[in-house]
Amino acid sequence: MTKNSVEIRNLDLSFGAVKVLQNLDLDIHDGEFLVLLGSSGCGKSTLLNCIAGLLDVTGGQILIKGDNVTWKEPNERGIGMVFQSYALYPQMTVRGNLSFGLKNARMPKPEIAERVKRASEILQIEPLLDRKPGALSGGQRQRVAIGRALVRDVDVFLFDEPLSNLDAKLRADLRVELKRLHEQLDNTMIYVTHDQVEAMTLADRIAIMKDGKIMQLDSPAEIYNRPRNLYVAGFIGSPAMNFIEGKIAGNSFAAGGLIVPVEGYDYLSGGVHDGAAVLGVRPEHVLTDDMLPSADMTTQVLADLVEPMGADTLVWTKLEGHPFRFRMDGQAHVKSGDEVTIGFNLSRISLFDPKTEDRL
Amino acid sequence: MTETATLTGPTGPRPKKALSPRNIMLYGTLIVVSLYYLLPLYVMIVTSLKGMPEIRLGNIFSPPVEITFQPWVKAWAEACTGINCDGLSRGFWNSVRILIPSVIVSVSIASVTGYVLSMWRFKGSEIFFAILLLGAFIPYQVLLYPVVIVLRELGLYGSLTGLVVVHTIFGMPINVLLFRNYFVTLPDELFKAARVDGAGFWRIFVFIILPMSLPIFVVSMIIQVTGIWNDFLFGVVYTRPENYPMTVQLNNIVNSVQGVQEYNVNMAATLLTGLVPLTVYFFSGKLFVRGIAAGAVKG
Repeated sequence: MTKNSVEIRNLDLSFGAVKVLQNLDLDIHDGEFLVLLGSSGCGKSTLLNCIAGLLDVTGGQILIKGDNVTWKEPNERGIGMVFQSYALYPQMTVRGNLSFGLKNARMPKPEIAERVKRASEILQIEPLLDRKPGALSGGQRQRVAIGRALVRDVDVFLFDEPLSNLDAKLRADLRVELKRLHEQLDNTMIYVTHDQVEAMTLADRIAIMKDGKIMQLDSPAEIYNRPRNLYVAGFIGSPAMNFIEGKIAGNSFAAGGLIVPVEGYDYLSGGVHDGAAVLGVRPEHVLTDDMLPSADMTTQVLADLVEPMGADTLVWTKLEGHPFRFRMDGQAHVKSGDEVTIGFNLSRISLFDPKTEDRL
Repeated sequence: MTETATLTGPTGPRPKKALSPRNIMLYGTLIVVSLYYLLPLYVMIVTSLKGMPEIRLGNIFSPPVEITFQPWVKAWAEACTGINCDGLSRGFWNSVRILIPSVIVSVSIASVTGYVLSMWRFKGSEIFFAILLLGAFIPYQVLLYPVVIVLRELGLYGSLTGLVVVHTIFGMPINVLLFRNYFVTLPDELFKAARVDGAGFWRIFVFIILPMSLPIFVVSMIIQVTGIWNDFLFGVVYTRPENYPMTVQLNNIVNSVQGVQEYNVNMAATLLTGLVPLTVYFFSGKLFVRGIAAGAVKG
């Protein structure tokens, strides 16, 4: 059985009349890489600040390693935090930045030196130790910021959008490094981001948040393949999932002239469903050309607009009055006005209840 | 084979004309204005270096025929105010004894107050700040007499300590505003990072905030040094003659109605009194502008 590293119980947080977090429960396992994902204003950074102790909660409890830390100061919680702007102390050298927290804890000098040495070896920043943050590049600063959490030998690392200030290439490099670091250290890491690629690649589990609530907490694969509700389905994946409103009657989903057989669809609640429904298909799960033989059903559409992207081609079209996008091979020869045969695979579609917006 | 491309028409940077109408206007205005401001200073300096017979000739713009430093010596060490005949030196040392504690105490208190109001906000801190700011708009004349009573009750009336207290309190609104507005521009995450690192109220202030705030400290000190040094009203109201600051003493020398008006001594005394603020501006002008710009932007 995995032990929980961080437990959040009934957490409430409001600023005056504005309720940012409501009745939030979350268990984070020991050594887990958990990503809090959501658009801005969903409360993900607020939640992280609550865990760090930088915000006083309005209600509920926070436990770290089984210890109730709800009323404790940030430095007493066994956490280290990495900020989006790095937040390095500009007037101190890298060595000063790394040792500031240890000096505050009145640690003996030889041990401070030892820990700074070890952290700088892990992060490969030894040559930079006597420089000021102003003389470092973005990636180096980020590494120092991680080092500042590392030297304190904490149980839980908190990351607040740490890669958002970097350019695309560096972001990809540091993402891989972070993942490697997690495997090497085996600490619990809680990572806030609005970038779904970071979330998908780094996370053991992703918590998708909206309006202060967790919409789904699952592994990246589960969230991608079996989104629990319309919000998650539309949020994850780029380009976004196509939605078509219709009705399920018997064993098929019908919207206008489009009939999709849903016999054997893996209903979340078990059993079968009748009545209004929303069909969701990811653009990359629409079958074309060579793949058509494996489709459970096919239909004809007219290509409105074609966006060649090199590796693949995105085709915009309309299906029963709904805008519909699908992805074809990069070498496909399609131009606007062409008629294209597309197919769906039953195991790759999602059905939602239009009223509750939950997965069927 | 080398091939040189020949480019015709305008190439490279456009030539700049030194004597364009724009430059003539600009520098012409600047020169006229600076002459206008420098002329009185010139008159003061030459007059202070002349003897009285030469001054009586009435050529105030002509340079001294015979340079004498006697007026400066007299202004500093011999001029009489009331019964004291030890010149401005007494006032100078009084002013120094008022200035140093006032500046240190007021800048320290204002910076910590600004730090609290920007980073450790408490319930009602905004209202506290608003009330403090209101203080900047109350005319001094209204407070003059109430402060006399307060100082008398505290047993500080007439002493240098009393004047230091008055200067410290009256410097609060503007200086707290200055510090608070500067501190709110510092990144919030820095403060959070320091808290995660276990630094408390004073450690964050001393090790993180102070090293980043040199310009605003310089600005605050300049405002306080010049303000307190140039103060006349509080000095004349709240102290006794033996404690009068330099400005009050200068007034007593220049405005004395007895005996002959010694213009050269008056000029020397005025220049001596103005020397401190003048030096301050001279050496810190750049930092001053930087700090004012930094402190003024955010509200």
